[in-house]
Amino acid sequence: MTIDLPEAHSVHAPQLPPASEHDTELTEKTVFGFWLYLMSDCVLFASLFAVYAVLGRNYAGGPTGRDIFDLSYVLAETAILLLSSVAYGFVTLAAHDDRRRTALRWLALTFALGLAFVAMEAYEFHHLVGEGAGPSRSAFLSAYFALVGTHGLHVASGLVWMAVMAVQLARDGLSATVHRRMALLGLFWHFLDIIWIVVFTEVYLTGVL
Amino acid sequence: MNAIFGKLTLEAIPYDQVVTMAAVGLGGLAALAVAAAITWYGRWRWLWDEYLTSVDHKKIGIMYVVLGLVMLLRGFTDAIMMRIQQAISFGANPGYLPPHHYDQIFSAHGVIMIFFVAMPLVVGLMNIAVPLQIGARDVAFPFLNSLSFWLTFAGAILINASLVFGEFAKTGWAAYPPLSETSFSPDVGVDYYIWSLEISGIGTLLTGVNFLATILRMRAPGMKLMRMPIFTWTAFCTNVLIVAAFPILTVTLSLLALDRYVGTHFFTNDGGGEQMMYVNLFWAWGHPEVYILVLPAFGVFSEVVATFSGKPLFGYKSMVWATIAITFFSFVVWLHHFFTMGAGANVNAFFGIATMIIAIPTGVKMFNWLFTMFRGRVRFTVPMLWTLGFMITFTIGGMTGVLLAMPGADFVLHNSLFLIAHFHNTIIGGVVFGVFAGITYWFPKATGFRLYEPLGKAAFWCWIVGFYVAFMPLYVLGFMGMTRRLSHYDNPDWHPWLVVAAGGAGLIALGILFTILQIAYSIWKRDELRDLTGDPWNGRTLEWSTSSPPPAYNFAETPHVTELDAWARMKASGGGMFVPASPYGDIHMPSNTAAGLLIGILSIGLGFGLVWYIWWLAAVSALAMFAVLLHRLFEADIAFVIPAAEVKDLELRRLEAGAGQP
Repeated sequence: MTIDLPEAHSVHAPQLPPASEHDTELTEKTVFGFWLYLMSDCVLFASLFAVYAVLGRNYAGGPTGRDIFDLSYVLAETAILLLSSVAYGFVTLAAHDDRRRTALRWLALTFALGLAFVAMEAYEFHHLVGEGAGPSRSAFLSAYFALVGTHGLHVASGLVWMAVMAVQLARDGLSATVHRRMALLGLFWHFLDIIWIVVFTEVYLTGVL
Repeated sequence: MNAIFGKLTLEAIPYDQVVTMAAVGLGGLAALAVAAAITWYGRWRWLWDEYLTSVDHKKIGIMYVVLGLVMLLRGFTDAIMMRIQQAISFGANPGYLPPHHYDQIFSAHGVIMIFFVAMPLVVGLMNIAVPLQIGARDVAFPFLNSLSFWLTFAGAILINASLVFGEFAKTGWAAYPPLSETSFSPDVGVDYYIWSLEISGIGTLLTGVNFLATILRMRAPGMKLMRMPIFTWTAFCTNVLIVAAFPILTVTLSLLALDRYVGTHFFTNDGGGEQMMYVNLFWAWGHPEVYILVLPAFGVFSEVVATFSGKPLFGYKSMVWATIAITFFSFVVWLHHFFTMGAGANVNAFFGIATMIIAIPTGVKMFNWLFTMFRGRVRFTVPMLWTLGFMITFTIGGMTGVLLAMPGADFVLHNSLFLIAHFHNTIIGGVVFGVFAGITYWFPKATGFRLYEPLGKAAFWCWIVGFYVAFMPLYVLGFMGMTRRLSHYDNPDWHPWLVVAAGGAGLIALGILFTILQIAYSIWKRDELRDLTGDPWNGRTLEWSTSSPPPAYNFAETPHVTELDAWARMKASGGGMFVPASPYGDIHMPSNTAAGLLIGILSIGLGFGLVWYIWWLAAVSALAMFAVLLHRLFEADIAFVIPAAEVKDLELRRLEAGAGQP
């Protein structure tokens, strides 16, 4: 995965103009705008955390966190998500050095790990619903599903974005536009990691302890 | 339930409701007339190229203002219907509106006035003025701007669709659970509420991100933060509030939707739900929202009062800090909307005091405006009249607000007409007057011609007199114990006051009529009212340094700013028109795109499908939205170049036209 092959320039790859002033300005502006969006997303999650903090003990006679959370399973999920973030770090490094194929490979690994995370979470949800601990069982479970599910939806949309970027990377190479979008995707992906760490602590750890 | 039509049946169309059907008929006829006129004059192509697919902030701003004014007619119709109902539905007379219809009207009135009148008008003014004031070519993300508008538009269409298909929420504009839960509101009204606000709310959030990036990243060289025009400052604070507050609304409405669609227990009576959490979340968004609306209005008044007093704004720095203080405090007062929740004396005292503290920076502003006029050469133009009307009216509204901020007093006045009088006092006296001042002030900049003054003055006098006649009686009625949202009452003491209030609403109706006449007359006589100088009011800020309307690129050369009131400074040191120092260069501009419009229209399908449980429609719309977005992402040709020669040509013509003008 880390061995770099010298990359032949594809015949179809468009000749890239040198990064113009316009591109630099656009990248700077867009990254800043994306940070602002992430901050608004942060408020969105903060609201969901607040809801969970209020409702997290309203079991309504149903199961508690201790009854339904399997810490080692969630720990595995966490490890997979964090590893995917590391993998994306290598995408960024490869993109920085203009090594397209390496970037694509790391992107594929990131995608696979992200997909595994989403699959594990989907299985967990499926399992809970099957056990009668679905979102309509109690306010606690409503808040749990809403918070964890919103994070999961974000990860899933990150995966879709990744697929789109893979196509653009293969088609256009590391053009200024692709570069910029890869940087934004990176921000998004690492941001979801941070959110997940809080979810893991606030929901799972405190739920079981 | 049907796989194709979901819950939607022919019975959902209220044929039997004469009033609704008349409204629908009139609205439909008006839309047909507009469409026919466009066809008759052969302007569809023009409309498509110049407006619908435009990503130009000035065009988008105009579309926002038009949307806001059209929705004002709808929202005001609701208002006058309520006033007429309360004026007659006394004692044995049941009035002309059955309770379930009346309830929909007061809910729709609030939702429409806040989300689809005040918001589009405020965002429209920001669109028109902010990039010009900071010397930028456009906003940071022009396509996103177009998308924001079309999402707002989609929300407005969805809420109007509830007139024809089904009904609207009967819960009041805040849709408190448990009333808004399925057990008490099983029909589609609340679903219309949820989805129209979710869709337009996302549009607003994107606007917030866009304008923050624009203001922080695209100011002309030399324009430090403390050299920004005050309207840009207030727009900046408003957008901070949007980015920080709108996600809370998105979450709150999503959770209510989950309760209704999935059977969760966030706000239900059973299963451990907590209704007061909805109320807290709603106002954690809702109180900042009040300032989202009024801060830009404060900005408009500041620009207007400085321009028409012929002086720099008094106390610019204190004005900026007052704005920032209000921005901060707006997040720590939300609980004053429900002192009666029973949070306890200490909590109520905290929020009561925090609320009263907001009066201090607002008072600072008031004195700054007064001192700006002091020893100025005040020109009593229409924007200035709105400003003076605001200063008096808003002060009264602010004082009744401080009164309500006392938890003890609030326990008595909560949900009474006193409250209704108070917030209309601030929203009409603040936001509406501010928006009208702003529209009159920037109208020549956006369109190239001024609004005809005498009709504007007539509109102002009808509005201000009408406002006092309509709302002062409500203060009295509040003290007499009349609660809000009554469709019928038996107390004979209330009746005369409600008749007076209905008369006031009639005067406001005249004010609106004059506004419409003013716009129509000004368009008709536009050649006589044309502004060739680009600076019809002897303005102080950069938007007046370019032509009216400005070319697509706004400024041929980015101006350099050395001081506050950059344009006033340039005029003082070099005279009239702004002439670029260096040779003209090529200008890169973003291309038009229909993507925003398409996504907006598809989001109507998505919302409608969700409201009526027409799952295929919702799914197809969502997928199509994604497809449009993908297409946009793979599009290469999203910008074009205006060559230097063309820029030069345009600029020379502008200078020629402006030469010799006063």
